[in-house]
Amino acid sequence: MSGSASSVFFGLSTIAYILAMILYIGYLAFRKSQVGVVATTVTIVGFISQTLAILLRWKEFYEIGQMGWLRAVPLTNLYESLVFFVWCLILAYLVIEFRYKNRSFGAFITPVAGLVLAFIDISGMSKDIQPLVPALQSNWLLVHVMMSFISYSMFAVSFSTGLMYLIVRTDKRNQPAYIFWTVMLSIFIVVLCAMGLDYLSFKVSVKNQEELIKSYLFKATFRSDSSAVSLLSFAVFAAITFIIWRFGGALKKVITGLNISAETLDEITYKSIAMGFPIFTLGGLIFGAIWADQAWGKYWTWDPKETWSLITWFFYAFYLHSRLMRGWKGKKVAMVAVLGFVAVIFTYLGVNLLLSGLHSYGSQ
Amino acid sequence: MEKERKKSIIDIVWDLFASVKLAVVIFSLIALTSMVGTVLEQNAEPEKNIQVLIKMFGVGHETAHSIYGVLDSLGFMDMYHSWWFVGFLLLFCANLIICSFDRLPRILKLVREPIRPLSKEHVEKMSIKRSLVIKGKPSGIKERVSGSIAKIGFKPSESSEEDELQFYAEKGNFTRLGVYITHLSILIILAGAIIGLKFGFNAVLNLPEGMTTSVAFKGEGIEVPLGFELRCDNFEVDYYGDSDMPKAYKSWLTVLKDGREIMKKVISVNDPLTYGGITFYQSSFGPLQSNMNNGIVVLRAVSSDGKGEQVNTRIGGTFTIPGSTGVGRVTNFSPALSFDQSGRPFTYDSGLKNPAVYIELPNVGGKPYSQWVLKRYPQTWRLPDGSSVEFLDYWGVEYTGLQVRKDPGVLIVYLGCMIMAIGLYITFFMSHKRLWVNVTEEKGAAKILIGASANRNKAAFERDIEKLTGLLGEDRKGGK
Repeated sequence: MSGSASSVFFGLSTIAYILAMILYIGYLAFRKSQVGVVATTVTIVGFISQTLAILLRWKEFYEIGQMGWLRAVPLTNLYESLVFFVWCLILAYLVIEFRYKNRSFGAFITPVAGLVLAFIDISGMSKDIQPLVPALQSNWLLVHVMMSFISYSMFAVSFSTGLMYLIVRTDKRNQPAYIFWTVMLSIFIVVLCAMGLDYLSFKVSVKNQEELIKSYLFKATFRSDSSAVSLLSFAVFAAITFIIWRFGGALKKVITGLNISAETLDEITYKSIAMGFPIFTLGGLIFGAIWADQAWGKYWTWDPKETWSLITWFFYAFYLHSRLMRGWKGKKVAMVAVLGFVAVIFTYLGVNLLLSGLHSYGSQ
Repeated sequence: MEKERKKSIIDIVWDLFASVKLAVVIFSLIALTSMVGTVLEQNAEPEKNIQVLIKMFGVGHETAHSIYGVLDSLGFMDMYHSWWFVGFLLLFCANLIICSFDRLPRILKLVREPIRPLSKEHVEKMSIKRSLVIKGKPSGIKERVSGSIAKIGFKPSESSEEDELQFYAEKGNFTRLGVYITHLSILIILAGAIIGLKFGFNAVLNLPEGMTTSVAFKGEGIEVPLGFELRCDNFEVDYYGDSDMPKAYKSWLTVLKDGREIMKKVISVNDPLTYGGITFYQSSFGPLQSNMNNGIVVLRAVSSDGKGEQVNTRIGGTFTIPGSTGVGRVTNFSPALSFDQSGRPFTYDSGLKNPAVYIELPNVGGKPYSQWVLKRYPQTWRLPDGSSVEFLDYWGVEYTGLQVRKDPGVLIVYLGCMIMAIGLYITFFMSHKRLWVNVTEEKGAAKILIGASANRNKAAFERDIEKLTGLLGEDRKGGK
């Protein structure tokens, strides 16, 4: 598989996004418009080659599966869905860049794209095209999964703008909103670093997700066999949180330097949720329910994945309604938007990794 | 202040239920309790969840056991059906209904009331505003103004007052109802779910090949009559390549009434059979261990010159290849045959994953001959003398696992979903747009003032107004 055309283009797009990340950060630092233009060009090149890669993989899958184009959509495992997520995210970013004529935001989105693609490479997750189990052989697969991921990437945008809004709008260290964003940010950084350390120290090629959570997740840090390492990890976590909390003001300076007003950030947060919410409701919940009904004869069974989608839905319903309440506009709703994306991540990854893992522990 | 105090209890309760605040409280309650339900496995063996509690809290078995007891008595082990969770859902409905009734009169007024002309001062205060001056008298450019407004998709009305002309138009006033359509759809979906729970059932049925049934089973062996009979004629699994990963599994089903065949269908996952309001879904399959050695071996014996004949036999039974002398015999069987490193055959699974029969023939090219014939591997069917024995099926040793459902509410749920999609589309992607165009005479020319508003997606409407301004002013840049 490694020699196939699609993986060449995937590699190219990964490199392009990482390069774009460096360029966007350079643009932020030096404010040279030429650098900005190059950064945008590199991002577009990455995006085009990723589009080609996805289409080529679609074709490969079609040729292997022999089940028609609709059922050959490359969205059937963790690897493919992460790639599609990055694709949507970059598309959403490019739209925002052209709509708002502001490049600064790129310095926050391209690192996410680069990190996810790098995560795929380091984790050694299976990139093979896997045949579909009978339950997945349905035309609903395409619409359900694709629409879910489009909404996830909208929510990802609202998460980052929501977080930036909080950073810009808070200044006192004892403000609840300030403490909220510093803690959220440090959790994200620490979890990413911890996972990075896992892969660096074990270099495992994980066959399935359950094995990943059981044997490797946080094994190099928090869940280490040596209690000293695990204690140290928690201490480092606390230290990172403290540092971000203590020097959060510096981050605020960087973001205020971006020429994005707090109002624009709030507007982008709202707009991406206003786009994402109906797409998620229709594609994620309704189409998911119809598909389940046709495959299993039950449109709703309260299984953890369904329930977590509903929880996510309630978070964003909360967001949309709380904007109508007096005294909630601004920081409080931004916090809801940030928490909503935590629910999204949990629906997507946590349910597969943690809950099934938890239950399989119980059944030994 | 005085007024506040005179509120009756009913008013207080009404206001509480009509508030957005209660809505967000209910959202959080449902979301937070649902999380607990995903951590504790629902309707599971107690020991499973006790293990989960031990892992989560790091407590001993005793303590976990007592925590489990408390949670169990609170209904957490089947929490989505517990009285309090159903209570939350009812509160949610009450909140939806009352808050909609509370707001609806005001919104309906907005929807029904046609747009009226506005004073110039009001037009100037609109959130979207443009102004321009063009040549000609106000009365002379009437056509052009109404024509331009029509070009951006509005039907303008007209009013005049002394020296002032006003065109006004609106579009999408009904879109203000989008939120209520969405709210209504949630109630419809829940109503459909309740109808399904009340008048429908969910059952399972493991039907062996060749068997007929008139009942399905709910929970612990409770019989549910179907009202007709269902027969499984055949069951097949296709695998991906050499692997044991199923590619597709299918059941050949026949519906019978009073012994007459009424309907036949091959069902597979994602493609069920529906008859008489009851739907049969392909959900699983498995071997009938007790019958494993008594199935029917379906072979097709083909002579070297291509003459074939289908034979149904049994393990230990016989068959003949057309045109050859001597009787072949099926002497051994394995449901899942594999060979170890030294080439010895062994059975690696009790399921029918790789069925194989061992055949013995007295005369193949003049010598006695025997070999394993595997159903999934046609290359094992050939015999040295050019004839072949095709292993088509081992029938009567598997059951098909069906999910049986009757749900008269499902159509209502689907209807609710459709309404929800429409409601969400209206709510998030459409808006109530209004515009006023004032034309006054100023120094022999016509001064045009445009004021407009939209309750959502203002930027898109602003682009339309920009276009309108362009259309009205076209003439200034040369042209006619």
